[in-house]
Amino acid sequence: MAVVETRGLVKQFGENAPAVAGIDLASADGEFLVLLGPSGCGKTTLLRMIGGLEPPTAGDILIGGRVVTNLPPRARQIAMVFQSYALYPHMSVANNIAFPLKAAKVPKAEQQKKVAWAAGILGIEGLLDRRPRQLSGGQRQRVALARALVREPNVFLLDEPLSNLDAQRRASARDELQGFQRRVGTTTIYVTHDQVEAMGMGDRIAVINQGRIRQLGTPREIYDDPADTFVATFLGSPPMNLIPRNGHLLGFRPEHVAPRQMLEGAGGDLVPIHFLATREEYLGAERLVYGEVEGTKAVARFPSTVDVPAEPGRGYEFAVLARDLKRFDAATGLRVPGPA
Amino acid sequence: MSTIAAAHPPEIRERRYLLDREGVLGPLMLLPAVVYIVALVGFPLGLAIAYSMSDVTVGDQGLDWVGFRNFVDVAKNGTFQKALRNTFIFTLVSQVLVLTLANILALVLSADFKGKRLVRFLVLLPWTTPIALGAIGWLWLLDPVYSPIDWVLRQVNLLGPGTIFGPRGNMYWTAKADLAQLSVLLIHTWRTLPLATVILLAGLTAIPQDVKDAANVDGAGFWRQLIYIRIPLLLPIMAVATLFGMVFTFTDMTVVYVLTRGGPIDNTQVLASWAYFKGIEGGNLAQGAAIAMFLFPVLAGVAVLMLRMARRTETT
Repeated sequence: MAVVETRGLVKQFGENAPAVAGIDLASADGEFLVLLGPSGCGKTTLLRMIGGLEPPTAGDILIGGRVVTNLPPRARQIAMVFQSYALYPHMSVANNIAFPLKAAKVPKAEQQKKVAWAAGILGIEGLLDRRPRQLSGGQRQRVALARALVREPNVFLLDEPLSNLDAQRRASARDELQGFQRRVGTTTIYVTHDQVEAMGMGDRIAVINQGRIRQLGTPREIYDDPADTFVATFLGSPPMNLIPRNGHLLGFRPEHVAPRQMLEGAGGDLVPIHFLATREEYLGAERLVYGEVEGTKAVARFPSTVDVPAEPGRGYEFAVLARDLKRFDAATGLRVPGPA
Repeated sequence: MSTIAAAHPPEIRERRYLLDREGVLGPLMLLPAVVYIVALVGFPLGLAIAYSMSDVTVGDQGLDWVGFRNFVDVAKNGTFQKALRNTFIFTLVSQVLVLTLANILALVLSADFKGKRLVRFLVLLPWTTPIALGAIGWLWLLDPVYSPIDWVLRQVNLLGPGTIFGPRGNMYWTAKADLAQLSVLLIHTWRTLPLATVILLAGLTAIPQDVKDAANVDGAGFWRQLIYIRIPLLLPIMAVATLFGMVFTFTDMTVVYVLTRGGPIDNTQVLASWAYFKGIEGGNLAQGAAIAMFLFPVLAGVAVLMLRMARRTETT
């Protein structure tokens, strides 16, 4: 178990804008830390640098207080799970899991014991004689995790390990993966572009865009208190509404808009919002009402259990609790502190 | 409620165009390939089988059936033993060498270094040279009197009076049985190496980067990755390269024909060259065909293996 730290980490490919543009990040011990961002934001490059698969252009990487920047991957005591799982196709599951042990020249008897232990934790004892191509996506993922686990690394690096699973498997895989991490208690860095995965599993989330960390915090912090308009609109689906007003951008989440009378009992100042409805989407559990606020497009979200009139083409007097309103600088997009 | 079956105007059923019908278009597209194979492979093969069981010569082209007499005659000939042995030895040894060297070359060429394109081009060059030209080049390099190889050996004091390669000033590459065999062997290796290298290089590039990365992270060093990851993953493609090389070497007559004409005293004779000397230069078409037919079982076996591998790659 160890703390992972990066100091001023930069990676530049050729003459392009840097893929990673100076990242300072420190995990806590045993933490599930998620790197979240859109494709091409540099999150995978950052992970590969931590793993030693990509040499940084500048900066340092520390694992467990040791500067490992110049060490090859095999000397870093890390384990990685790839998006494709990267199982060795010509080896049985047992040999796949044992491979890191063989490389570390662990004695045969010890190898077998550890393979059985790792397979037991992931519930794949029955698959040890199979070849990777005979496994389902979920089984492959568990084999990849077992291979990562078997040598008891200091750090797990996971690169979008759930993106090859179908949507139904993904929900249960999230649950399994987080449960697994809690059981073994190993510091885990998890890369994803999926905010549901990030919010659902992360102890903390680092939101990354254009090679920089835009915000680092717990899922609640980054959702409720976004540091800038990028974080505000990247998280949440549909994203936070941003309405220009008095040289600022006024931000509020779609679920925070409601008819005035419904909010009056909630305690707190109300900010009126004149909402012109244009279109409605019924999604079963909830309704999304698209419309305009002061000439800017906006969305409101109502649970299906609440009956809110919102007919397309009509204007409504909605409101938002003042504490749910966030203000952003119109030019920089940065959060402006203080009440809206 | 509207009824679905409303009154229709009489339907006009459009007809498919002739060339949109697979039953017509398919055979039509296949036809050139079929004509080509029948005319240039099937017909000569049938003719060779017919010749090998007849008494046809250049002078008397009547096909009189003689059964397996030609095969018996050929098999009794002392040269047959030599040719058969040489054919197999040249093929097997050169392919073992090719496989070893091609693996090394492919590994080198898959790494990133300056001038990689130039080296790749140079490696591929022997393959692009027509074999007759290549063999003539080697004929000069191995010339009994003017061989540049001998000259180099003399300059570094390995050849000449009082040196390891003997007192004489030349090696006489093509005049001594063992050296002539070695020369043919090395030229075959030189010639099939580029193809095998390119095939293996393609195989190496096809190994997913993730798998290599995983091996790196899992703590495997260069040799462990080579022996446990790369070579096992390359095995199927190595088999393809070897099968190709075997066919090319097994059936080749040009190298022997240009370099040694089978000599000295048939010591480098192979089935293909002997069939040519007997059948074309000697005029005994029937015996020439019979000699060539001895290649057939091996080639048929290799072809079956190739087709099997092709089918396996199709299904996985």
